[in-house]
Amino acid sequence: MNVGQVLAEALPLTFMFASPFLFAALGELFVQRSGVLNLGVEGMMLMGAFCAIYVVSPQGLGAGPVMGLLVAALVGGLLGLAMAVVSVTLQAEQGISGIGFTLFGLGLSSLLFRLLAGGVITAQGFGFQPAVIPVLSDLPVIGKIFFQQNILVYAAFALVPISTWVINRTKWGLQIRAVGQNPAAADSMGVNVVLVRYATVIFGGVMAGIAGASLSIAATPVFQENMTEGRGFIAVALVYFGGWSPFRVMLGALLFSIANNLQIWAQILNVQIAGAAIPPNLLIMVPYILTIAVLVFARQRRRSEPAALTKPFQRGEN
Amino acid sequence: MKRKRTLSRGDLIVALAPIVAVLLAFAAGAVLLLILGADPIKAYAALIDGAFGNQASLFRTLTRATPLLIIAIGICIAFRGGVINIGAEGQVFIGAISATAFTLAVGNTIPPLLFALLTLIVGFLAGALWGAIPGFLKARFDVNEILSTVMMNEIAVQLLIFLLSGPMLDPEQAEAGTRIPQSAQIPDGSWLARLAPPSQLNLGLFVGLAMAILVYVLMWRTTIGYKIRAVGLNKAASRYAGISVQRFVMLALTLSGGLAGLAGAVELTGITHRVVEGFAVGYGFSGIVVALFGRLHPIGAIPSAFLFGALLVGADKMQRTVQVPAATVTTLQGLIVIFVVSSDFFIRRYNARRKAREVTAAPTAPDISQPAPEAAV
Repeated sequence: MNVGQVLAEALPLTFMFASPFLFAALGELFVQRSGVLNLGVEGMMLMGAFCAIYVVSPQGLGAGPVMGLLVAALVGGLLGLAMAVVSVTLQAEQGISGIGFTLFGLGLSSLLFRLLAGGVITAQGFGFQPAVIPVLSDLPVIGKIFFQQNILVYAAFALVPISTWVINRTKWGLQIRAVGQNPAAADSMGVNVVLVRYATVIFGGVMAGIAGASLSIAATPVFQENMTEGRGFIAVALVYFGGWSPFRVMLGALLFSIANNLQIWAQILNVQIAGAAIPPNLLIMVPYILTIAVLVFARQRRRSEPAALTKPFQRGEN
Repeated sequence: MKRKRTLSRGDLIVALAPIVAVLLAFAAGAVLLLILGADPIKAYAALIDGAFGNQASLFRTLTRATPLLIIAIGICIAFRGGVINIGAEGQVFIGAISATAFTLAVGNTIPPLLFALLTLIVGFLAGALWGAIPGFLKARFDVNEILSTVMMNEIAVQLLIFLLSGPMLDPEQAEAGTRIPQSAQIPDGSWLARLAPPSQLNLGLFVGLAMAILVYVLMWRTTIGYKIRAVGLNKAASRYAGISVQRFVMLALTLSGGLAGLAGAVELTGITHRVVEGFAVGYGFSGIVVALFGRLHPIGAIPSAFLFGALLVGADKMQRTVQVPAATVTTLQGLIVIFVVSSDFFIRRYNARRKAREVTAAPTAPDISQPAPEAAV
């Protein structure tokens, strides 16, 4: 098998499976830029994933994929709102409350899956289909990689320059950065710290919900208990890896998408060790090991870390 | 006289907050079940009956509480040292699988009680090693331990499946060609004695209680424990006082991992006698909830582990008899965590107001609501 064929097989998948990482990580990027750490992404993704597939699948409500996406965004947003109440208003420790939301999302999505769907649900044929872009999609190799993806993949990558622009070039972005760097100073300049943080945490929830939907009604398209398998946590790590910059977060998402699909790569490339295929479990481990490695090396980017990250704001205290 | 009354009211709030949080979580859970068309009263009745209904179910609850207690004690150490250990699940696996390998390699060549003791020690050491990795990364490279321990869990899960389906596959399974991923049974010399057959209640319960006392003494009566807690409360001040912050952060995660590994070995030698796929799934998160609910104190973890052991045992019954999925318990646990951490706000506000009122402050009560883990990153 030649290199061109390999790329043509594996690269489209790489871009497709990068989209859940991208949605979740870009959302988390805004959250962290405003000084909040949302570790509940995993649970919010799971809830988004189940709600989306339930709306879309004929087994559930049988509405269209757009409706599924909207519901996932709404559910994610509601969870984000709850997270904002807990972490911004009640100033709870963000690491632990995030774990609470992850547990809650894991439990509730499994509960709904059992009670509403009886433990099996698929959106095969009903989710987002590849949106073939005329002319461009006919290009050899490149066409299949870039121009035959489902619409969520295009959206995820389009969000990268948009996020960069919002953060660096708009008044909102300035406010978010100010609140994340020095909430007391932002407050004295008339920025509503609480409002900005509510907005970003809710936005982060919406994006996590969409990330879940991009798995369950576009990429896979089925639901299983705990189907995100740590992707939400990896998305949080990607924000560190990307040094809080959307473009570098995108590179990280692509890297992790490759790592997540190593099994497919190994099959296509027919990689063997000592004459036998590599045990699949060892390949599945790779993205997790990579995450740890990435966190070690991301240390050099720490100077761009928002100074007030994880620190609740109380007027008159700092 | 007046001060005494306000103090006791403060203590009351600290003590009641988690209980109110649990009641709120159950109420929220009831609303959820109602919306989903299940009968919450029937579900909770089945849950309570399943946990305490008769002697057998009470023994089951105690059996289930044992590993939770040991894991939670470890998580308390980490929390007190200012680090959050989400990696208990992986550490349990590694402890159990290493203990299995040890017993199978040694065989019944050692006197039974000593054999069991050595097996538990192997489990502890293996878990400690698995916990030391994120500990080292945190101390040396400032890697967020929440993320690294989550990743270590996923790695441990895959390692476990790999070992159970290949190198450590039960020879009987291999022979029969069924290849169900499980290890061989460990030699009976390493088993912990059962206390009340036919129930699975075993000596492990006392191992757990002993650990609670031991860790209490370690943390509050020795210099090592004092230093771990000092680092957890204020890194800068500890550094100024000449404490090696890095060393004690690493030690806290290592000990925490060791106790989780011990829990895995206790579960192995006391109950399962072999490691199967799906061994101890969910124990790590439950351990965190138990630790938080026990106010991050090893002695507080005892009633807390009992309560959550009951919740898990009751959930099985609930699933069997009224067909309400056991995932309800995970949902409730999530709600409890959220409510418990949120309730700290009210304790803090109460303390702040009291401070404002009593400017001539006499020494304030130790604020156990605030172990102040500087959330990581």
